[in-house]
Amino acid sequence: MVNFYDPNSEKSSEKSSEKSSVQNKAFQADTFKENGLKDLGTPYVESKEQVSLTIDGQSITVPKGTSVMRAAALLNITIPKLCASDNLESFGSCRLCAVEINGRKGMPASCTTPAEQDMQVSTQNKKIARLRKNIMELYISDHPLDCLTCPSNGDCELQDMAGAVGLREVRYGFEGENHLDAAKDKSNPYFTFEPSKCIVCSRCVRACEQVQGTFALTVEGRGFDSKISTGMDNDFLSSDCVSCGACVQACPTSTLMENSVIDQGQPERSVTTTCAYCGVGCSFEAQMKGEEVVRMVPAKDGQANHGHSCVKGRFAFGYATHKDRITTPMVRASIDQPWQEVSWDEAISFAAKKLKGIQAQYGKDSIGGITSSRCTNEETYLVQKLIRAAFGNNNTDTCARVCHSPTGFGLKATLGESAGTQTFDSVLKADTIMVIGANPTDAHPVFGSLLKKRLRQGANLIIADPRKIDLGNSPHVKLNYHLPLLPGTNVAFINAMAHVIVDEGLEDKTFIADRCQTQAYQQWYSFISDTRHSPENTQAITGIDAEQLRQAARLYATVDNGAIYYGLGVTEHSQGSSMVMGIANLALLTGNIGREGVGVNPLRGQNNVQGSCDMGSFPHELPGYQHVSNDELREKFEQHWQVAIDKEPGLRIPNMFDAAIDGSFKGLYCQGEDIAQSDPNTQHVEAALTSLECLIVQDIFLNETAKFAHVFLPGSSFLEKDGTFTNAERRINRVRKVMMPLAGKADWETTMALSNALGYEMAYQHPSEIMAEIAQLTPTFTGVSYEKLDQLGSIQWPCNDGNPSGTPTMHVEDFPIGKATFALTEYVATDERANRKYPLLLTTGRILSQYNVGAQTRRTENQQWHDQDILEIHPHDAQERGIQNGDNLGISSRAGNTVLAAKITERMQPGVVYTTFHHPESGANVVTTDNSDWATNCPEYKVTAVQVEKVSAPSKWQQRQKEFASQQANFLPKKRKGKTRVNE
Amino acid sequence: MTTTLYLPMDTTALSMGADDVAKALEFQTAANQQAVNIIRNGSRGLFYLEPLLEVETAQGRVAYGPVSIDDVESLLAQGLLKGEPTHPLYLGLTENIPYLAKQQRLTFQRAGIINPLSIEDYTKHQGFSGLSKALALLDQSRQSIVDEIKASGLRGRGGAAFPTGIKWQTVLDAKVSSPEQKKYIVCNADEGDSGTFSDRLLMEADPFSLLEGMIIAGLAVGATQGYIYLRSEYPQAHKILEQAITSAYQHHYLGDNIQGSEQAFDIEVRLGAGAYICGEETALLESLEGKRGLVRAKPPLPAIEGLFGQPTVVNNVISLATVPTILAEGAQYYQDYGVGRSRGTLPFQLAGNIKQGGLVELAFGTTIIDIVNDFGGGTYTGEPMKAIQVGGPLGAYLPEQQWHTPLDYEAFSKISAILGHGGIIVFDDSVSMTEQARFAMEFCAVESCGKCTPCRIGSTRGVEVIDKLVAAHQQGEPSNQASLHELLVDLCDTMVDGSLCAMGSMTPIPVKSIINHFADDFITDLPTKHVEKVLAVSAKEQN
Repeated sequence: MVNFYDPNSEKSSEKSSEKSSVQNKAFQADTFKENGLKDLGTPYVESKEQVSLTIDGQSITVPKGTSVMRAAALLNITIPKLCASDNLESFGSCRLCAVEINGRKGMPASCTTPAEQDMQVSTQNKKIARLRKNIMELYISDHPLDCLTCPSNGDCELQDMAGAVGLREVRYGFEGENHLDAAKDKSNPYFTFEPSKCIVCSRCVRACEQVQGTFALTVEGRGFDSKISTGMDNDFLSSDCVSCGACVQACPTSTLMENSVIDQGQPERSVTTTCAYCGVGCSFEAQMKGEEVVRMVPAKDGQANHGHSCVKGRFAFGYATHKDRITTPMVRASIDQPWQEVSWDEAISFAAKKLKGIQAQYGKDSIGGITSSRCTNEETYLVQKLIRAAFGNNNTDTCARVCHSPTGFGLKATLGESAGTQTFDSVLKADTIMVIGANPTDAHPVFGSLLKKRLRQGANLIIADPRKIDLGNSPHVKLNYHLPLLPGTNVAFINAMAHVIVDEGLEDKTFIADRCQTQAYQQWYSFISDTRHSPENTQAITGIDAEQLRQAARLYATVDNGAIYYGLGVTEHSQGSSMVMGIANLALLTGNIGREGVGVNPLRGQNNVQGSCDMGSFPHELPGYQHVSNDELREKFEQHWQVAIDKEPGLRIPNMFDAAIDGSFKGLYCQGEDIAQSDPNTQHVEAALTSLECLIVQDIFLNETAKFAHVFLPGSSFLEKDGTFTNAERRINRVRKVMMPLAGKADWETTMALSNALGYEMAYQHPSEIMAEIAQLTPTFTGVSYEKLDQLGSIQWPCNDGNPSGTPTMHVEDFPIGKATFALTEYVATDERANRKYPLLLTTGRILSQYNVGAQTRRTENQQWHDQDILEIHPHDAQERGIQNGDNLGISSRAGNTVLAAKITERMQPGVVYTTFHHPESGANVVTTDNSDWATNCPEYKVTAVQVEKVSAPSKWQQRQKEFASQQANFLPKKRKGKTRVNE
Repeated sequence: MTTTLYLPMDTTALSMGADDVAKALEFQTAANQQAVNIIRNGSRGLFYLEPLLEVETAQGRVAYGPVSIDDVESLLAQGLLKGEPTHPLYLGLTENIPYLAKQQRLTFQRAGIINPLSIEDYTKHQGFSGLSKALALLDQSRQSIVDEIKASGLRGRGGAAFPTGIKWQTVLDAKVSSPEQKKYIVCNADEGDSGTFSDRLLMEADPFSLLEGMIIAGLAVGATQGYIYLRSEYPQAHKILEQAITSAYQHHYLGDNIQGSEQAFDIEVRLGAGAYICGEETALLESLEGKRGLVRAKPPLPAIEGLFGQPTVVNNVISLATVPTILAEGAQYYQDYGVGRSRGTLPFQLAGNIKQGGLVELAFGTTIIDIVNDFGGGTYTGEPMKAIQVGGPLGAYLPEQQWHTPLDYEAFSKISAILGHGGIIVFDDSVSMTEQARFAMEFCAVESCGKCTPCRIGSTRGVEVIDKLVAAHQQGEPSNQASLHELLVDLCDTMVDGSLCAMGSMTPIPVKSIINHFADDFITDLPTKHVEKVLAVSAKEQN
């Protein structure tokens, strides 16, 4: 057991009285919420029936089906155990948890024995003690006696149990048959498997199955020969293992151990914080030794992740201290000059002077800024405040522009709020789950595991995606329907779904009458009833078999709870906003809103993309989606900020680029966002960036955008500051500082300094003060404070007088706009379509081991899994072009061309090719065009007409990019001395 | 005129050359221009007489045996086809052979009499009359079928002796988890106990009685799918079962509309993969689901959450094959056999060092020694008997003073022994009780599923401790021997108290029976050869 824990989190164990929690069952009924920090041995069981029993003379009432072990743990009675854990189904392997039950013979295992009414249990007596000691003696007769040099010394359950039962000798000796010579498996870069220490408790196997859902591990052989195996002739790296760390977490010995602990020893303190990767927002214990992170362990009481993690959050944190980190501010007059290292004051005043000069020359609106979806809410809030108050315009935007801006728009228009409607846990009550344009096992792995858990329990699965995703091929998961639509035809598809439901009379008439605007519905009804939307008539557009679509629509509409999960495959289209509204229409039509198990669930990409939207990053919205043109709302901010705010919405990112190219936009402050790599039509972006007179980049690395910058302000990683992130389920999680900022300033301090230098005073002492200001100005945040976050662990907004503890499920009683609206969503084909010159459609996506532009993950061992972006192509298309696996392929579109290696796979449908954009040299976005969503300008990343052919050399852009990157690298100051805290 | 001959095709007869005998008979009768019809029946269970050749005569079936290929010519020459008594292998009317005549055949009433693959033959011999009764009872309720089984007092013949009716009642009362799910009848035909063969004999001699029992079970509890989990070591039984199932479908005893009743029942055979533990019902279910044969913790009982998580009857072959008789003859008829709480009959299986091995179906209550002497005729070697192991490899070794124990579940329980599946293995006085104790641990070490610690590690340590005891004895270290002895007893207690299933918790039964009843022999009676081997291994380990 770990000997320490965060006292801040102790409150969760107070909730462990099953009795009290049952009363709150209205919205919390899953297996996790009842588990606090303490391991209660077996999972929470939900039952309407309660049973009362006595254990060692103390009585307790628990839901029927609860194990004796868990009931005892709730009474703080400790029963020894090795194979049990409250995140795994009981197994009954170790037998240490034997107890005696009045009137029953023998000594049953308390983990597998359900509590019964009037049961009288004894957990301690001489007979039980003897049995437990004898079992431990058997374990230790096949275990190396190297505790003092063992990596888990001090954190070993086997050691603890040997102590607990008072084992003093092993009468069998150590010369008998044993596994001490079993070879180590060091193939995985992050952990080592040392089978000689294995006690075959199967916790790793069960964690891989029940928690992660990958089924990579098994037990091989039987009896004494039983051993943990990664499959036939595999090591961990070559097996199905996805390195989520669940097995390492589950191992009670040092058999599966983090390499960092093997190297550095046990950590000495632990701080609860939030992962800075995807929008799941997992809580982690940053386990520290001084200022050094020894390991990141998923927090058992983490409300988004319940103790689970993925390879990125769990292991890929080394980038935070990578040698590429830039920790000194730098400036230069132009981008063809070397960087000058300067002090913070010099850098800030250089930047301020430049910005002021530009505004003096080109006008107030000639500068702007981009907030970061990777920074905290508080930091994002400050950047937009800086722009509105110190720049004096609304030229603020954020990376959500290029990902989920249609979600904000579409959900606000239909449901009245720009956010997903559910908690992640809600999926455990869904009966049919429809996943559209998302790849949860890769891009949102921890939620993906929860989803798979529900699917293994028997929920139906519909996947609408141009390509086959892993979710549909998961062990023990039945994919009911894969609807392989053609890229760009989402709206035709969703309309056809709605048409079938209306056509076959499957709509929820009561819900529609009670909760939706009648006129809007009637208008929509006559729109959607038209047979032009029927699956038979849209089949030619979408490529989806009409009968399959009808069946899928029925499967969604006729179950109790239908839930829709979607990702960027929905939003990043010319009709992204229409599609989001189409999804909302479908949920409203079937009454799948306003309770657990249903809803419209956008899977947000980055850790704080929800938060950056909430914090007023958009040019037309103040924090909390309050429109800047609304005088009353704007005046509230003006009064508080003591400054006049421009009432006209400012420039969106693509407008900024266009304005830069035509000369009216000259200065940009870009925090934690790599627009040069992530935004579409790279050559256009590069032209825009080159046109700027002052580009200020604030980042932890010299990213692609920084290569065009004049001022570089070193950023701080999530480990170096306090703040909050808001995940895809509107959950505000605390980010806690575990080390001093490497460059001396947290990002919010840098923004403050810039604001002050520009003459608008900001004087926050701590991010909690920024949150207090947010709470004052944002109706959905009025109840949020750091104090309450510490108390509750996390809060799902809206959190205000009406919902003091937050709102897990939205729209339960009514919608923020009273009644929900059906939106008319006519399908309009994108201009980007296959033609003779560009006969294939390119679509883009993500991979598990890499994250977004890869700036973080490329600087970790995750590179071992994916060190280059490749182009996936169907065998038919490959054969037509004479393409073999690994061939270099030139991919050209009307925007540009690049070269990638080929991978031939039947995952693709003929006519569609696919790649990722994790590596800058890939130039995936050189190919993508500046087509965008009609409502929000979200780029159409998911559809680009391309031609693909075999080539022998990199593209011209790639050659230029290589030269430019090497030139810019040479402009960096030579290696600085005295940076001992940065890993070489 | 064509003469009808019967020659078994069960595994025992085949292993004794029955096929060769059949070929020789065909060849010779053809050469002699004698018209014969050779019916390949099942075994009567008189294994010491296999291959047992019978000829149909006006007086009844006359037996000759054991017949070898060399006897065929002389048999035919000496009036085999007329049932003449002159040949030395002549045994008289089969039904009058004392070994058979003294038995009380209820479950095995048709074994060896009928052609196992002839549904007409089966029907002619009261086959499916139990099913007719069950279908009639079904008009009242499923409950009335279950009540009949309850009233019969039938207990699980696999070894655990759990009342079958109560198990069925639980499944009848249990609900499936969702409307598209169903209940299951699973027949445990993974007969793995050493020295047992009653399941195989039944399946090879009278497969329809098993199918009928399963169909009735399905009607009783509302299950529509049956699986027979058959050990892969029984290829002949597999072949016969598959043919019987096909025939049952053809004759509408299986399928969607059983005999026009609109009741449905399907049966499939699934083969095991050689693991003893898959005879344990929960490991069997795991295996049937396609997983590793790992024991499940109970509760939940399979009757409530069994195959694929649904209510499931898991019954042994003999239990199920007894059901038609109970239904056909009535619960009282069956109940009238037996003693105390052990009602009906049990097919005992005589094996080991025995003169007349075979199957003996008798009502509960006879003593072991009566069966061994009256039927078995003493040891095969003719040497004095030393020990009798009853109930398979997990059963106790009984010393002479316990041989008068009546064969009933409770009486055996009282002497810390088990009846199990009815296997009786006889040892003469050349047996090494030390080796037998060691074998018990070794068997467990080989066959343990490995899930729970006491069984997984304990069994291996058990073998080692016994070896060390032998070494200590050989080397004259009495104090070491005493502490090792204590350790062995401790280990046995740990396995009994701590194991997850019967495999680990019963392994100490044979070991402790030897420690308690053969104390003078234990450790000291090792044949030299074995001692040398152990010492060599131990010397190697020390190096």
